[in-house]
Amino acid sequence: MNRVFLFLPLAIFIVMGVYFALGLREDPSSIPSRMIDRPLPVFDLPGIAEGEPGFSNADLDGQVALVNVFGSWCPPCEIEHPMLMQISRSGRVPIFGVDWRDEPGAGAAWLARNGNPYQRVGDDPEGDLAFELGITGAPETFLIDRQGRVRFHHVGVIDETVWRDTLLPMIEALEVE
Amino acid sequence: MIAELGQFALILAFVVALFQSVAIFAGLRTGDAVVHGFARTGAIAQFVLVLAAFACLTVLFAQSDFTALVVAENSHTDKPFLYKLTGVWGNHEGSMLLWALILTAYTAALAWSAKPVEARLISLTFAVQSLITAAFTAFLLFTSNPFARLWPGPENGQDLNPLLQDPGLASHPPMLYAGYVGFSITFAFAVAALIEGRVDARWARIVRPWALAAWTFLTIGIALGASWAYYELGWGGWWAWDPVENASLMPWLAGTAFIHSLRVMEKRDTLKAWTILLALLTFALSMVGTFLVRSGVLTSVHAFAVDPERGVFILAILVALIGGSLLIYGLRANLLKPTGLFSEISRESTLLVNNLVLAASCALVFFGTFYPLFITTVSDETVTVGAPFYNSTFNPMVGALLILVPISGMLAWKRGKLMPVLKDLAPAGMAALAGAIAAFWIADRGLVAGALGTALAIWIALGVLTDLAKRFKLGEIAFSASLARAARLPLGIWGMAVAHFGVAIVVFAITGVSAWKQEASAFLMPGQHLDIRELAITLDDVQQYEGSNYVAERGEFTVRRGQRVVANMTAERRLYPVRGMSTTESAIHARASGDVYVTIGQPSPEHGWPVHVYLYPFAVWLWIGSAVLGLGGLLSLSDRGRRALAAKPKARAANPEPAE
Amino acid sequence: MRPDLLILTIFLVVLTYSPVALASPPPDEQMVDPGMEIRARELYRDLRCVVCQSQSIDESNAALAADMRDKVRQRLLAGDSNAEVLAWVRERYGDYVLMTPPLQANTLFLWLLPFIALIGGGAVLVSFVRRQARQAGIRMDGEDEAELARLRDEEGQS
Repeated sequence: MNRVFLFLPLAIFIVMGVYFALGLREDPSSIPSRMIDRPLPVFDLPGIAEGEPGFSNADLDGQVALVNVFGSWCPPCEIEHPMLMQISRSGRVPIFGVDWRDEPGAGAAWLARNGNPYQRVGDDPEGDLAFELGITGAPETFLIDRQGRVRFHHVGVIDETVWRDTLLPMIEALEVE
Repeated sequence: MIAELGQFALILAFVVALFQSVAIFAGLRTGDAVVHGFARTGAIAQFVLVLAAFACLTVLFAQSDFTALVVAENSHTDKPFLYKLTGVWGNHEGSMLLWALILTAYTAALAWSAKPVEARLISLTFAVQSLITAAFTAFLLFTSNPFARLWPGPENGQDLNPLLQDPGLASHPPMLYAGYVGFSITFAFAVAALIEGRVDARWARIVRPWALAAWTFLTIGIALGASWAYYELGWGGWWAWDPVENASLMPWLAGTAFIHSLRVMEKRDTLKAWTILLALLTFALSMVGTFLVRSGVLTSVHAFAVDPERGVFILAILVALIGGSLLIYGLRANLLKPTGLFSEISRESTLLVNNLVLAASCALVFFGTFYPLFITTVSDETVTVGAPFYNSTFNPMVGALLILVPISGMLAWKRGKLMPVLKDLAPAGMAALAGAIAAFWIADRGLVAGALGTALAIWIALGVLTDLAKRFKLGEIAFSASLARAARLPLGIWGMAVAHFGVAIVVFAITGVSAWKQEASAFLMPGQHLDIRELAITLDDVQQYEGSNYVAERGEFTVRRGQRVVANMTAERRLYPVRGMSTTESAIHARASGDVYVTIGQPSPEHGWPVHVYLYPFAVWLWIGSAVLGLGGLLSLSDRGRRALAAKPKARAANPEPAE
Repeated sequence: MRPDLLILTIFLVVLTYSPVALASPPPDEQMVDPGMEIRARELYRDLRCVVCQSQSIDESNAALAADMRDKVRQRLLAGDSNAEVLAWVRERYGDYVLMTPPLQANTLFLWLLPFIALIGGGAVLVSFVRRQARQAGIRMDGEDEAELARLRDEEGQS
């Protein structure tokens, strides 16, 4: 037998080892967003409580904005909330909320308790908009440009670091676009 | 104090293993005879030390000592005592310690059983085995210390994942690990053979019991896992092509190929380089399975993001052991010259086809399992490789291979004749055809798959019986003479026949469970019933019930056929407050013809309790078949050496080694 | 086509069809039309629960899986074909959501692997066995016959 062939298993192993070494830094359970550079779907959500305004495409009104999907049932949202409040108070960028899969009134009560960082909040009890957005959990946040397109999709909690190092620079870039 | 004792024992085990490995390699170079004796003592010392460490961890769990980190994270004072014990390996650190324990147990078993032949080979094997032990005890000590302390200890622990609080945890992981780790011995023997640059039938005979023992443990371990999933997941799913399951299937496929090619090597002194490669790959896959998949790397980035040290360590071990052994293989495998020759139509050829298909299907599972990872690495895309993929690729490949089983067994070694074999198997073929037609006729669902599965099962089962009948010369000679032949038949042949019969049973059970399963569901209030086929399942009553660390809702059911009561069953839904998780405890009424499988869900105030009923035809044969498969392995491993069957003792008997 | 190849082909094609039904969604999710229900169950098995570990939405009791089943039923009631429903979900969640990887450039290797392995390995195997069998043919003599007899005898095949 040709002796070179005897090194074939080693060669295959090395190639796969390199892949592993690279691949292990990736998170296979993070799904690449399908929404990047696409316009937000057309939606018109009702308000989360009697008499509250709802949330639709028109509300975005050509501004750079964040759309945050949350729910009163979601513990990480609780963790994220103070950060959203801080951003909201700074007035740097408007935040819109999508209350996902909540019992009637639960979202409103939650916001009354924790403060409301959102310009408008839409109620999505059946997850219709969330499904259109390819949501896999809460919280998730979309960065929308002036044309109403999604430019960034953040899965998970926005904390100080995400805001400072990722979102803020992107917002600044989008505003001069 | 106990934790420190365990820690100390583990450190000592690491030092002994490392020292022993280095000493043997060095000693063999200088030809020092003392090394051989030392190898055995050292092997037993390693085992005793790791056993001591394991005992310490067990005591920590038994005493619910929450100043030990793993105990605090995985136990609770209210947990039933059995699960406190099995909880020892219900977590990463403890399961790695169990791995190390089994590893050293095998080394000790080798020390205890090895005959004073092939002293150099055995010593080298000890050296490789000790090297593996050193690597894994180091892994434990530096990245997964089971004896880490937590000061001050919390009031109570976080409890064990409720899914693991099951008798299945007592048997499945140890059995599975005994399989995985058993292949370390064959790996070590293979590396030793490569270093020696010589491998022959004698090597095969020394290695065979180890290979078969590991294979048998792995087979039983996988079956236990499947049965655990069957009753615990709450819908009878026994195999889902999940990465964790694939991780155990890969070494099983490679190991199955290995025990077949090992047989060729033992009998015919050929396929040497290939057999050695399989020995290396089987253990490589065992390690990949344990560490890359079980550590959660494939399914969550957690293991690496939280603890990159652990990931790098795992990679280093894999590169050193697998890469190192494959390098030696590349350098030395050319020394393994085959001598035996065989023609196209022969047992050897069919076993080569077996090896080809098993290797290809193993590669398929490997790439299927890791493909999402590969894709994510090279692009921003990601895909899912789920059950439908394997069903459409793996199943037909292995199904087609199984057609070959009876033919292979009946062909002669070296040079066989196909036509007589096919003629002998004709009745089995006819019966298979009849079975397929009958299955197609009787079943009202799963028609084609059911018919094919039935035909395959009958073909293999009758083929095996035909093979045995031919070997006994049943009907050709007097019955008593046939019995005498049966009694003299080598255990290896019995093992093969029994194992293949087990395959037939498993194939039939899989067919029944998947092609002919039925299900129905409805919301029931007590007193209402649900119909499935000719059975009526009545929810009699629902009771609240409090276990030691859970609360349960218990549904009591009566299964009736017409007016006759077939069975009374009790299904539960449990809530474990500490972890806030709930589990389903399904009720299973098992009969030879199939299982009635009932679960109860979370009630809704207006509708009542959601009740699911499944009928899994022939499900119990899945476990029986697996046990038969394992029995085949046991029989075969008990076969020592060869002997002439016909009553004509020759001089050869005194010289069991065939002339090379 | 040779008969043995035909049988093999039938085998391969037929086993591809897998009627395995697994877990069940809750009873209140059942569709009124039994034909629709069967189609829905097929689709559930082809769609991954995106928050679970390698489970289809048929097997998962996660809330998101229930939502996705609901959407599948809505599309079916709206008159979509099975393929249209799958395409619709894939549009939103990507290839990841399909339990079977779609046949496309980046999965070509995976799908071809069984063929590559069997044909490539088969070619090596055949050439090895042929070469070997030629040598074996040369050495057919009395010693060879004796060995054949011994091998048969050892296993009761004489």
